[in-house]
Amino acid sequence: MVAGSIMDLLELDIRSEDSMAITMTVNGEAHALDVEPEMPLLWALRETLGLTGTKFGCGISACGACTVLMDGRAVRSCTLPMSAANGKTVTTIEGLAQDGALNKLHRVQQAWIAHQVPQCGYCQSGVIMAVAGLLAQIPKPTDDEIDAGITNICRCGTFARMRAAIHDAAEGEGVRS
Amino acid sequence: MKPHPTLKKWSRRAFIGAGTVAGGGFLLGVAGFTFAPSRYSLVSADAAEKGQLTTWITITPDNIINILIPHCEMGQGTPTALAMMAAEELEADWTLVRVQEAPALDAYANGYIVRAAGGNYVPAVMARGVDYGAYKLMSWFGFQVTGGSTAVRSTGEYGMRVAGAAAKEMLLAAAAKQWGVSASECVAKGSRVTHAGSKRSATFGELARSAATQPVPTSPALKNADSFTIRRTSPTRLDIPSKVDGSAKYAIDFTTPGMLYAAIEMAPVYGGKLVSVDTAPAEAMPGVKKIVKLDDVVAVVADSFWRARRALAVLKPEFSDAGHGDVSTASIFAAFDTALGAPPEVPKNAAKVVTADYRAPFLAHATMSPMVCAAKVEGDRAEVWTGVQDPLNARSVAAKAAGVPAANVHLTNFLLGGGFGRGLPFNHDYVDLGVRVAKAMSPVPVKTIWSRENDIQRDYYRGAAMSRHAGALDANGVPIAAHSNYAGGGDGESVFMPYAIAAKSAKEKKAAHPIRTGPWRSVLNSQHGFFKESFIDEMAHAAGKDPFEFRRGLLGDQPRFKAALEKAAAMSSWTTPLPPGEGRGIAICESFGSIVAEVVHVAVSAEGRLKVLNVYAAVDCGDVINMDSATAQVEGGIIFALSAALLSEITIKDGRVVEKNFRDYPMIHLADAPKITTAFIRSDAQLGGLGEPGVPPLAPALVNAIHAATGIRVRELPIRKTPLKKA
Repeated sequence: MVAGSIMDLLELDIRSEDSMAITMTVNGEAHALDVEPEMPLLWALRETLGLTGTKFGCGISACGACTVLMDGRAVRSCTLPMSAANGKTVTTIEGLAQDGALNKLHRVQQAWIAHQVPQCGYCQSGVIMAVAGLLAQIPKPTDDEIDAGITNICRCGTFARMRAAIHDAAEGEGVRS
Repeated sequence: MKPHPTLKKWSRRAFIGAGTVAGGGFLLGVAGFTFAPSRYSLVSADAAEKGQLTTWITITPDNIINILIPHCEMGQGTPTALAMMAAEELEADWTLVRVQEAPALDAYANGYIVRAAGGNYVPAVMARGVDYGAYKLMSWFGFQVTGGSTAVRSTGEYGMRVAGAAAKEMLLAAAAKQWGVSASECVAKGSRVTHAGSKRSATFGELARSAATQPVPTSPALKNADSFTIRRTSPTRLDIPSKVDGSAKYAIDFTTPGMLYAAIEMAPVYGGKLVSVDTAPAEAMPGVKKIVKLDDVVAVVADSFWRARRALAVLKPEFSDAGHGDVSTASIFAAFDTALGAPPEVPKNAAKVVTADYRAPFLAHATMSPMVCAAKVEGDRAEVWTGVQDPLNARSVAAKAAGVPAANVHLTNFLLGGGFGRGLPFNHDYVDLGVRVAKAMSPVPVKTIWSRENDIQRDYYRGAAMSRHAGALDANGVPIAAHSNYAGGGDGESVFMPYAIAAKSAKEKKAAHPIRTGPWRSVLNSQHGFFKESFIDEMAHAAGKDPFEFRRGLLGDQPRFKAALEKAAAMSSWTTPLPPGEGRGIAICESFGSIVAEVVHVAVSAEGRLKVLNVYAAVDCGDVINMDSATAQVEGGIIFALSAALLSEITIKDGRVVEKNFRDYPMIHLADAPKITTAFIRSDAQLGGLGEPGVPPLAPALVNAIHAATGIRVRELPIRKTPLKKA
């Protein structure tokens, strides 16, 4: 908000609750959301924007099912307040494929299919986003870097396949260290 | 060919109906009698008499085959495997096969089978089948269970294969009639029928209309295993693309206009009641619509889940403790200990006696998706949106909660974010609760989402258990007795030891407690696998023998066990020496018709830090449908069991569960996951299950490996409670 703007004051008047306009770009689209600043990003994505691919698993940043990219870095959205997302660029699983097109899946998604990683699938949106974030930071991670970087919980136990798929996706990057 | 053992049953009791569908397609349905997972004792004794619609196959003029699957997808790849079984018999081109999942379940649960299977048009011949199926479902409140590792074994063997084979015979008959040749000269392959003599061929789609008018075979011939072309391969699972792009829908993703959200707090001691709550502080908060007070729960209903949770947090509800406020883990195990009494008696002439106690804790399912149920109750009707392992039983639970006839409940079942037993019949408390909340808000639809804290603290826990063993060896180190008493539950399958020991027994000693328990991946085998396969290892060491050779020597009359044990040992290079601080352990268990031997390879540092390096699994489940997803099930079972063995414990204090979330009920991460190597042994045994049998041998193989590495014998789970640093 621009302090002192009459428009903001008017807006405040018609808002019945202690919410504020949060602006952010989600999957390439600009949004102004009228939500409480302390509402976690997860619930704004899921309930306000209807982007349900991002999952609720624990609510305490312990499991990673809610992982999205914010300004290119993986964050756990279940404890990230909307005030911290203000002005940021957010990518969810729905926006990871190039141009959002299903036939242009991100290399991590492609590797996930090639290795048949998901079982129940519930945690996988978060894992895929965490891996996309990891590869953005470290194009060709070692096993130790994967261990340190991917701490999501998967109850179906797909870890071995995840690791193989991460290495494949990293190869697809074409970057050699 | 070898007659299929169940065909008689089909010809006598099954219903196969066929007809055309709009646009000239082919429709075939099978209603039959499937096996219920009686090992769970989930269903009444007459379960075998409860009819179930088993499958529907449609073939459209554009040569696409649609197969309806009456089981839910919770990560096992069941729909893909079942479709493979039908497609195999049908001689379909796998790339032209489609599976109907959730819509089918929805329809199934509501008796609206017609629309799901064949569009809005149903041929007269099919109507009887539809009525039959619907009647059975309506009148019996039948079960449509996915659990007990049964889907492939029952629905697949007795439904999918028969349906596929019947459809193929009708397609062949249609082609023969059209071309004026004998059906026996026609061959079906790749969704096409050909007649070599006249060089004619037609796609299934082209023959569909005519095939639908052919007589329906009641006992179609099934293929020999030697000629399988789809089974035993690894086609990609049909559900996976939607699980990498965020489009897969779980119950938590459901929404409908005007829907509200509920957050709940439940009596922390199971059986406790809501005594009082001052609702005023929450009522004043933004977005809050109503505070719903139920018998044992207080729910905040708001216009968003987060607002509901925020408001719930300011409430200070008071609950009673149902008289269980003094129950604790310690009191439960003390009762177990008392019930077990003195160790079982062993022969007086024993040269050596081995005794040991083992303890396994309560465990939560902790499925990745917390429990969710959305519902709308209006007048004498209810709509329910949830994720369960048994939609039909869930529907009857919902009907009771809503106070409406079951026939008036429309239940839509979504993908499950993990099952592991939590969504089985009699575990549908979240459906009951979701409907009760929605009823209080009638006619507004409400989605009740459990927090992770709700989920961990109000589960149907894997039961805590304890066993007390006594075994005897003769002067040559040959075991002559192995007896145990156990408390906390068990059954004939879970306590079974395959070893040739002259005197064997396992006796239950009753010790009741008020903690709510239920099936957890592999059920009673999860505790007893640990008990019995730890103890046989202790006997091997007492005999001064190699644990693998000791077991092997006792499996002379159990060739399937022996083969699996030998395979796992060979895979692990059992006889190759390991560096100091490393060790291998072996264990073998039969559960759900499958025999699994596992070798775990660990390293334990001088500081006592444990690293699980490798797990080798040899699996005899008779035969495998989808090789890759079968492997994934074994891998998943091993990781599930590993997390539990290393880390997991639900602790009871003051009658309530202490743990709240993944911080104090932790799970292993990718960094902790060992390399897993799986091999399948093809035997002529009946198909065994795969969802669960990978679990039971893991914990004992792991503690046996720790013993091999350190000399420390872990007799209580989770392993983290035992220091592994050598004194």
